[in-house]
Amino acid sequence: MVIRKEYSYNMAKSKVVSIDEAMEKIHSGQTLMVPGFVNCGVPQTLIAAILERGYTDLNIISNNTSVKGKGIGKLVHANRIKHITCSHIGNNTETVEKVVAGEINVTFVPQGTLCERIRAGGAGIGGILTPTGLGTPVEEGKQVIEINGKKYLLELPLRADVAIIHAYKADKIGNCIYHRTARNFNQIMATAADFVIVEAEEIVEVGELDPDIIVTPGCLVDMVVQARLEDRDE
Amino acid sequence: MNSREFIAKRTAKFFNDGDLVNLGIGMPTLCLNYLPEDVDIWIQSENGVIGLDGTPKEGEYADPDIVDASGSISTMRVGGCCFDSFTSFGLIRGGHVNVTVLGAYEVDQEGNLANWSVPGKTVAGMGGAMDLVSGAQLVIVMTMHCDKYGNPKILKKCTLPLTAVNEVDYIVTELCVLHHTEEGLVLEELAPGVTVEEVVSKTDAELIIPEKIGSME
Repeated sequence: MVIRKEYSYNMAKSKVVSIDEAMEKIHSGQTLMVPGFVNCGVPQTLIAAILERGYTDLNIISNNTSVKGKGIGKLVHANRIKHITCSHIGNNTETVEKVVAGEINVTFVPQGTLCERIRAGGAGIGGILTPTGLGTPVEEGKQVIEINGKKYLLELPLRADVAIIHAYKADKIGNCIYHRTARNFNQIMATAADFVIVEAEEIVEVGELDPDIIVTPGCLVDMVVQARLEDRDE
Repeated sequence: MNSREFIAKRTAKFFNDGDLVNLGIGMPTLCLNYLPEDVDIWIQSENGVIGLDGTPKEGEYADPDIVDASGSISTMRVGGCCFDSFTSFGLIRGGHVNVTVLGAYEVDQEGNLANWSVPGKTVAGMGGAMDLVSGAQLVIVMTMHCDKYGNPKILKKCTLPLTAVNEVDYIVTELCVLHHTEEGLVLEELAPGVTVEEVVSKTDAELIIPEKIGSME
């Protein structure tokens, strides 16, 4: 393996910033992509910082809303979310209550379709065709396209203003790897936002991560912050 | 053995050695307790893992980054692997998952399933259910034959919002096994002591009654 280390170092401008600097990129009313499956792989330090800064009226794109009072559930509890696009809220009783009370609007998207819509948003694809949701309420208002005798729903791309990502390790130029099932939506969400902030459990020097195992290329990442262990709740 | 365990024991017989299986939360996970001795399966979970191996035993390291489809901490067996959500749903939608087992609010004779929404009552969302039912090779519904008020759950036509259309292959209840075929719902097996008349009286759907009906064991 030949890696011109000294050359990469010179070319590589560190993207590591303080949490305060990262928070300047967030504003009330933005659309945020927030990864996680229930409460695994959720960027908890960045969520804590968003709470602290008082940002509100957020449009959240996520798979779900963690559980009551934890992870994304903290934003729910503090009434910071205006609308949420997700596949499931059943794990968080407080989200269910607020949706029923009309305090949060929700758009449900089947989980696999959510993945593909985000992937399309990040990959420059104008839409995806999926059989999921045919003949169900998900079909309402959507174009049905028949190809070789099979029907599909046309689902459109999703993008966000900012994606907040939780990595296991990131190097200083934003190359990321993830740990076990904490990868979930982190990988695709890092591709589909105008600005991408990564919190990493460990920030390492450029060159320390084996190029073959890097999952998120640093070119997708704008800022890297140190995740704080004290923000983590399981 | 209670009814749920009885249903799980029969359902587990659908698995072939080496199958990649996705089990829904709740009753479907009971199937793991009744795997036939010569059958070893791989558990796929939609959050991005193959090879889940149950909750950590006492004293075993509980890694918060390994969770199952309910978000609870789980373990992995040797040979398992982790991946992102779109690879996970590519496996599901692409037909690479051999069997998916789910619960039902309602299921009908056209193979339609409703298991995610009761308007005015639940607002949980469908999660991965729609993709699983659309994509898995074999779709098995495990359910009590009637609801808690004694009303049939196996209907001519579902009344609740659907999860998927014409995708259910088998329905396993405490009374019988029903096979959804192009001709309709075939009564393939009866639980010990259960008569055809009892099943028919507790089922709204039209059933095809073959001459020979097997016994659920």
